[in-house]
Amino acid sequence: MKMVTESVGGVLVVRVDGELDLSTAPEFRAGVEHALDRTMARDLIVNMRSVDFVDSSGLGAILGRYRRVSQAGGRMALCCVMGRVKPVLELSGVRRIMPLFDSEKEALASLEGV
Amino acid sequence: MAVGKEKRNRLYLEIDSLAENIGLVRLAVATLAAQASFSVAEIEELKVAVSEAVSNSIMHGYGHYRGIVRVCATLFEGGIAVTVRDDGVGMEDVEACRKLGGRGDPERMGLGFMFMESLMDDIEVESKPGEGTSVNMVKRVGGAGSKRG
Repeated sequence: MKMVTESVGGVLVVRVDGELDLSTAPEFRAGVEHALDRTMARDLIVNMRSVDFVDSSGLGAILGRYRRVSQAGGRMALCCVMGRVKPVLELSGVRRIMPLFDSEKEALASLEGV
Repeated sequence: MAVGKEKRNRLYLEIDSLAENIGLVRLAVATLAAQASFSVAEIEELKVAVSEAVSNSIMHGYGHYRGIVRVCATLFEGGIAVTVRDDGVGMEDVEACRKLGGRGDPERMGLGFMFMESLMDDIEVESKPGEGTSVNMVKRVGGAGSKRG
């Protein structure tokens, strides 16, 4: 798993490439936490365009960051989720607590527009 | 557990209980399953279920200790049966653990068993404290998981 972070205004955009499971969740967790601390971003977008596998460990790492961001008054969104990953997001209820956008641009517009 | 009679192919894997081996198991089982007429979506569901079972063995079965996780996948006419077994700490009350979603990492949200139950057609869990846990799962082509939604 690889990830790139970019601060766009007050939004941290995290672009993830690879699989999110028990072996990669700690790296994702630490990377996002570090970037949130460093950029002091309030809102978070995870771009999952290149994420081809997510299980409960990966979802947990995503939801853990949602908790941090929302407790600090920020918002979180996912974008560009691959079709093969969507069923797991639906099954877990993640789609009910954070919005999914088809593009990073739409996610940014949504978070910046409020 | 009743599965089809005809055993068309089978794989056995033994891995050290390291998280980096989970992807290896997923890939191997998915490659075997691809020999049947599963859809791509069904193979993705199988991969998630296998990942959850192996993750449970690593995290809950062995925790900070190193052990062996044994995986057997059997392709039969119309489906696949997968057994994931560890010799870890086991569970006192399997049903309670399944309902509560297990113990350990709070970030896993206890979704592991829910995913296995939702994405596979049958799941049986056998466990004894101090002796380990065996998760036996079956997925059939066109079965329950694929009919969700």
